[in-house]
Amino acid sequence: MLSSVAERIYWSARYLERVASTARLIDIYQVLLFDLPKTVKLSWYNLVIINDLEEDFNERYTNRTERNVVKFLLGDTTNPSSLINSLNAVRENVRTTRDVVPEEAWELICELSMYTQDNLEHGINRKSRRDFLEQVTKGCLQINGLLFDSMPHDAAWEFFRIGQNIERADMTSRYLEAGLTAILELEEDDVVNSQQIIWGSVLRSLNATQYYLRATRSPVKGQEVVPYLLRDQNFPKSVGYCIWALMHSCAKLPGSEGVLRKLKPIEKKLSAEIDYEDLGESLLEYLNQLQIMLTSSHFIVSDAWFLQR
Amino acid sequence: MSTAWKEYQPGDFYDEMISTPGNARQPAKKLFSYINSLSDEEIASRKAAAELAIKEMGISFTVYTEEGNIDRAWPFDILPRVITKKQWDKTAAGLKQRLQALNLFIDDLYNDQKIIKDGIIPEYVLKQSSNYRKECEGMSPAFGVWAHVCGTDLVRDKDGEFYVLEDNLRVPSGVSYMLENRSIMKRVLPEVFEKVQIAPVGDYSERLFEMLASLSPRKIKKPVVAVLTPGIYNSAYFEHAFLAQKMGAELVEGSDLVVEDDDCVYMKTIAGLERVDVIYRRIDDLFLDPEVFREDSTLGVSGLMRAWRAGNIALANAPGAGVADDKVVYAYVPQVIKYYLDQDPLIPNVETYLCYDDKQRDYVLANLDQLVVKPANESGGYGMLIGPHSTKKERDTFTDLIKANPRNYIAQPTLSLSTAPTFIGKDNTPEPRHLDLRPFVLQGKGSYVTTGGLTRVAMRKGSLVVNSSQGGGSKDTWIVDTEPKRSRATRKKAVKGAANGESA
Repeated sequence: MLSSVAERIYWSARYLERVASTARLIDIYQVLLFDLPKTVKLSWYNLVIINDLEEDFNERYTNRTERNVVKFLLGDTTNPSSLINSLNAVRENVRTTRDVVPEEAWELICELSMYTQDNLEHGINRKSRRDFLEQVTKGCLQINGLLFDSMPHDAAWEFFRIGQNIERADMTSRYLEAGLTAILELEEDDVVNSQQIIWGSVLRSLNATQYYLRATRSPVKGQEVVPYLLRDQNFPKSVGYCIWALMHSCAKLPGSEGVLRKLKPIEKKLSAEIDYEDLGESLLEYLNQLQIMLTSSHFIVSDAWFLQR
Repeated sequence: MSTAWKEYQPGDFYDEMISTPGNARQPAKKLFSYINSLSDEEIASRKAAAELAIKEMGISFTVYTEEGNIDRAWPFDILPRVITKKQWDKTAAGLKQRLQALNLFIDDLYNDQKIIKDGIIPEYVLKQSSNYRKECEGMSPAFGVWAHVCGTDLVRDKDGEFYVLEDNLRVPSGVSYMLENRSIMKRVLPEVFEKVQIAPVGDYSERLFEMLASLSPRKIKKPVVAVLTPGIYNSAYFEHAFLAQKMGAELVEGSDLVVEDDDCVYMKTIAGLERVDVIYRRIDDLFLDPEVFREDSTLGVSGLMRAWRAGNIALANAPGAGVADDKVVYAYVPQVIKYYLDQDPLIPNVETYLCYDDKQRDYVLANLDQLVVKPANESGGYGMLIGPHSTKKERDTFTDLIKANPRNYIAQPTLSLSTAPTFIGKDNTPEPRHLDLRPFVLQGKGSYVTTGGLTRVAMRKGSLVVNSSQGGGSKDTWIVDTEPKRSRATRKKAVKGAANGESA
């Protein structure tokens, strides 16, 4: 398989995952704000912070209103990570790898791009937003399902999985960080109730609530949610699972010994002892370190397979 | 019949569908009566379905503009163009004949140049050809074939006969659109496919792959075949990706390939370097190899010509094949066919005046308002003068151009290009529009011609310019068998059993 094709497949997966998670995040956030007591000062701007896009946002907007934030995240063509730009990136990457991606995937991506372009305004308006986001989410699920079902599970597939899992691990760690930050900012009076609401939406934004409840047999609380999303061995969006899947995919590719060796420290970091009873600054620092390691995994993969001379 | 169809006037041209107002030609009769049975609303909804299909299938072409490159949806008319199988078979034989002769010609030019020594073609034609490549002298590619893929532009004149307008032997494009047009039509007018015997077009990519694989210098079971594209900014990128996918070949850019010290070509894979045997290159000669041709080319591969000359890689089309893709050479093709094959051409040329010849040039200059003047080496319909539609100023410019560089210009009479009904405007009124046809011809060990080809339509009223970059559209091309069928023994259909033992 060509290195250049491997790289494009990898990016297709990352961007596709980004489209799905952006759609989901906006959807969940709306509900979260409805549920929290009005005294809690959580703003839409947090979504910009979670995605590390403060600088890009502030260059273009002065008011951090709901409309501006949603517009920026969904339809702003100058925001490199907006939903519309991510989707274009998926389309461009698939367009240039049409020889290895199933034919129907190309058509589904064209359809999804068309839908998004034509209905963007629905996504920005609060009234029609849910419906719009649901359609986008379904489109992404359809594409993922098609690939899983019809793509041979060969090298191209492994690169797709690698991209998907690096992006997922990154997202999950960001959501955990965002949840934790929000809780640390709570006023004394709101703590108990709001904690549950915030952790609940972190779970929901990863589609994790149902399986969290089954696996932990515990009500929603930080001491259980954090380890579940960091370490659960079966949940496909837990950081631990993503890293396991990432290494599993790498192992199937030619010349992977060096890559696996370099990825080991992430595994080790995940199994380090953490005191989950104390959800404070030290955990925040831990998540920060973990994120830096996750970012480095991209370069490990890229050095090994994408940059041939 | 709707009034629109009653009022349809084929005019002073050969109309492919309508013989006299209200009457369809024999092979299009069933199609015509079906289209007539559709209400205006149904026509509009079929047209909308076609447009949606084009967007969903992502069928596009890139247009270069000052604001950057724009990806445009492929323009398509849902009324197909119909040709009888009988006429097509004859045309196909003529196309094979033509390409065979041209390949013998190219091979001769790069080796013994017998045709020049025998005085059939004057030496100046070769001396001043901008597509002759000295670097190719003495080479003889597999099967003596240089142009493996040819797109020949055909037009139909008033008499309904096909004429060759030009041979595209460099990197002809359009075949993917021919294939996609058919897929769109099957979605849009499925009912007609049940009623009419339409010859399928789908085997092109397999035949292309077979031909390419047969060129492999390594005699191995599964040679590595790659499609070399200039990249996503090329107007035909869609086609490059499409063909690679349909053939199961690698789609590569210059930066994916490298020529090693052993003069072999390798591609950069996740497992290191892997040898490539055959390259279907969609890059012009001059950009192929910065070592030999344009030094500033970033599209090509350094050392590619070295590898080709050493016989370690097959290139299709071979470098230098474009020498026969020259409108001056075109004028000599009937003699070329006679010389190498000792046959008369099965498809005639359009009458052509060579400006290099004093007498012919005088005639051209005196009749500029009647003629079409073309530069010898341009493609895509650029740099032409269409006499009857030209201004005095344009004619003066061309007079100067021709005098300055007579070798570079030819002239042809303005053809009465055939027309076909095309749905125009919001009301989808059928109106005649001019068209041409580009079939694709393959030659390796044997020859192959597509069933029909890509029909291009000049969408503007009266216009003769069919190029998609200049407002052209396209139609599906149907080769229809109108000969009575011999009866076949009816096959018994197997009765489908009830599933899982359920009783009906």
